[in-house]
Amino acid sequence: MEQKVIALIITGMALVTYLPRMIPAMALSSRRLNPLAERWLSHVPAAILAALLAPSLLAPEGRIQASADNLFLWIAVPCFILAIRTKSFFGVVALGMGLLAAARLFI
Amino acid sequence: MNDARALPAPGFWPDILSGARQALPIVLGYLPVGFAFGVLALKAGMTPLAAALMSVFVFAGSAQLIAVGLLAVGAAPATIVLTTFVVNLRHVLMSAALAPHLRDWSRPGVAWFCAQLTDETFALHASRFARSQTSKAETLAINATAHSAWITGSILGAFCGGLIGDVKPLGLDFALSAMFLALLAGQVGTRPRQATAVAAAGFSTLFLCLGFGHWGVIAACVLAATLGCGVETWNRK
Repeated sequence: MEQKVIALIITGMALVTYLPRMIPAMALSSRRLNPLAERWLSHVPAAILAALLAPSLLAPEGRIQASADNLFLWIAVPCFILAIRTKSFFGVVALGMGLLAAARLFI
Repeated sequence: MNDARALPAPGFWPDILSGARQALPIVLGYLPVGFAFGVLALKAGMTPLAAALMSVFVFAGSAQLIAVGLLAVGAAPATIVLTTFVVNLRHVLMSAALAPHLRDWSRPGVAWFCAQLTDETFALHASRFARSQTSKAETLAINATAHSAWITGSILGAFCGGLIGDVKPLGLDFALSAMFLALLAGQVGTRPRQATAVAAAGFSTLFLCLGFGHWGVIAACVLAATLGCGVETWNRK
């Protein structure tokens, strides 16, 4: 494809990526929201983290996969337990990567 | 007086280092995915420079990977841009959720911060801001570190794609999932938040299996946050 067209595509992508990120923060950060709106927004992080994480663990290929060969799902269990117990951010990441590497080495 | 004003505030460099350190799991996750993007971009007909520029100016991993897939099959530019918009629409929610914590930022500062807002940097900031860790230097250092890793991975993939083999044995592809698990654990300390997280997980998986595609994530978030907020409001009465 012509590089000029690719440059246009990159510019368009940059715009439609940046505007949804910037407009809400600009509009809302300068004013005080009503308590109900703030309460609703305070639930968004938990919702987004769970909504992004669940499909990648439960349905990595677009279908529910709860069998023994879904490594991500099983490794997530001890990782979540460690996360709840210790709140150790780096510990959870290290455990997850270590378990996955070990599983691939031995299975 | 001038000297004192010119020097960075106390804690500036420790905050920068702290931010870079907190972003390490993102770096581990972004390098291999960025690398894969760089390799695929070349195969789709992009030059290494174009691949690097896309990572600099777009900085949206899943959208970039989808874009090179569409490029490879000759999709129209408008289709690629529209798909990018839909994929990234969930950032509206992320941006809105962080807005209350950016009240004392200048407008150029907010604009800069938002340019580097991704799923992963959002996850970190949401947890930090909730714990009142709002240092601007640390916040921007997290963003800059993540973005640098993404650009570096993309450039390495575009230039060295043929030289490096499979990185799967290292378990790098679990780095981001593990980070999300750790941060999610920190978000679900109350029952209303637990209800939100369970609902979001259920809805998003259901919507994925039903074929909703990227609309599923934002729909799941809106429904789950409404449910969780309802539970919290109900408990308070």
